[in-house]
Amino acid sequence: MTPALHKDLIRIDGVSHTFTTESGSLPVLDNLTLGVPENGFTAIVGPSGCGKSTVTRLVAGLLKPDAGSVWLQGQEVTSPRSVVGMAFQNPVLLEWRSILKNVMLPLEIVSSSLSSAAREARARDLLKLVGLAGFEDKRPSELSGGMRQRASLCRALVHQPEVLILDEPFGALDAFTREDLWQTMHRLREEEPFTGVLITHDLREAIFLADEVIVLSGRPATVQYTKALPQRGPRSLDQLYTPEATETLNILREQIKIAREGEEPGS
Amino acid sequence: MRQVFVPVLAIVLFLLFWEGLVWVNDWPNYKMASPSDLWPAFWRFKWLFLTFGWETLWRTVVGLLIAIVVGVLLGMVMGFSRVLREGLYPLLVGFNAIPKATVVPIVALMFVGQHDLNTVLIAFMISFFPIAVSVSIGLSTLEPEYRDILRALGASQMTIFWKIALPKTLPEFFGALKVAVTLAFIGTNLMEIVSPHGRGLGALFDSGKTNSDYPLMFAVLISLAVLGIALYYVVVVLERIFAGWAERQTD
Repeated sequence: MTPALHKDLIRIDGVSHTFTTESGSLPVLDNLTLGVPENGFTAIVGPSGCGKSTVTRLVAGLLKPDAGSVWLQGQEVTSPRSVVGMAFQNPVLLEWRSILKNVMLPLEIVSSSLSSAAREARARDLLKLVGLAGFEDKRPSELSGGMRQRASLCRALVHQPEVLILDEPFGALDAFTREDLWQTMHRLREEEPFTGVLITHDLREAIFLADEVIVLSGRPATVQYTKALPQRGPRSLDQLYTPEATETLNILREQIKIAREGEEPGS
Repeated sequence: MRQVFVPVLAIVLFLLFWEGLVWVNDWPNYKMASPSDLWPAFWRFKWLFLTFGWETLWRTVVGLLIAIVVGVLLGMVMGFSRVLREGLYPLLVGFNAIPKATVVPIVALMFVGQHDLNTVLIAFMISFFPIAVSVSIGLSTLEPEYRDILRALGASQMTIFWKIALPKTLPEFFGALKVAVTLAFIGTNLMEIVSPHGRGLGALFDSGKTNSDYPLMFAVLISLAVLGIALYYVVVVLERIFAGWAERQTD
């Protein structure tokens, strides 16, 4: 372990994990080691079912690794901690609450010193930032898929978590809505500093949003390839269509191909 | 306006059809009483209808309330624990499959003379099953992400239940409650009819039978239907208040 890695805000150290199912045991992670520096944004890509979501559940403390350890801010993760915010492919908004009350939900759990007026103001500010001003009192069912996902991002960030975990949050959206939300992500990153982990199937999304892209091997997953991107912070969509971007995409695509070939057949 | 007018019109048409059917076939009232025979029966026994109607109503409601408490608890236990669900399910299905008409004499013998207790007990036994099943299905089919958004913040199981699992199950619960209301009425009346020296509308039906007063028997049936409709709409109002969000907006 190099000293530099110890400065990482998120640190996954030699983690192996096996699920026990009715048809036997299924090893998903094999000696996985990776780190994300403070305020960094790392995208994790890999073949379907390679254990990417397991990584997010480990970092959130929802799952304990069989071997190895997970560290947040230099402390070993043994149970869920409120420094984490999560958003999934399914926005999982509560249908009986207004958008505003949905966003305020984490503040009801995390013991914070904020007054109720301050909580509401915080939620309203975030909704405004993602372009949902005026929709605070709507029900989730009255919003489009993209708007629901925006609200879900606000909920993940409302308690100002150190770590934002995004598990394919844009996977179910159409291409144009997805590109809008990518730009919203950059805006959020500017206004709300966080350390991010993004699980995705979309290589363009990975290189547009992240500082670093990690390719996981097929199951059981370990880090196969790491690509640091030249840019940090906001960028324009045009930059996805430069020769450099195309080259990066090709390298990553090649790596995914290798990862898939390495998988046991039939899995 | 339309919401009141259409159901009232439907009832009036039904009564006219009924009256016409009896008149055309020239049925005597021991074969089928007609609506015009019922008013005299109601009027003659109006105090009995009021007091016995009240007896039937309160027993049904008490039986139903017990069914809600027991059903929700059973549903929670089965919804949260897979082992208990697998263990309890066949037992509950078996219990539910027994026709309650066969249980009535057993219960009547078990608690001889305890007419109120017997009646409430049968109303409860017949109506808790759909509630237990709906709550358990509602809880066990909760998508894991819903739990995870709160669990990741360190929320307790109790907090997750109150903030997410319970409200999310309410639409299923009210759907089952609508079924349970009618079932509880059937339970109450089964016991009232079978019990000797019973009270309630079921007992009034039974005395109509003993005295060959056919219009009275039909009048009891109608008053049971009226009580059933009233209680059903009480549940509908409660559903609007507590689970109105689940209704699709139509505009």
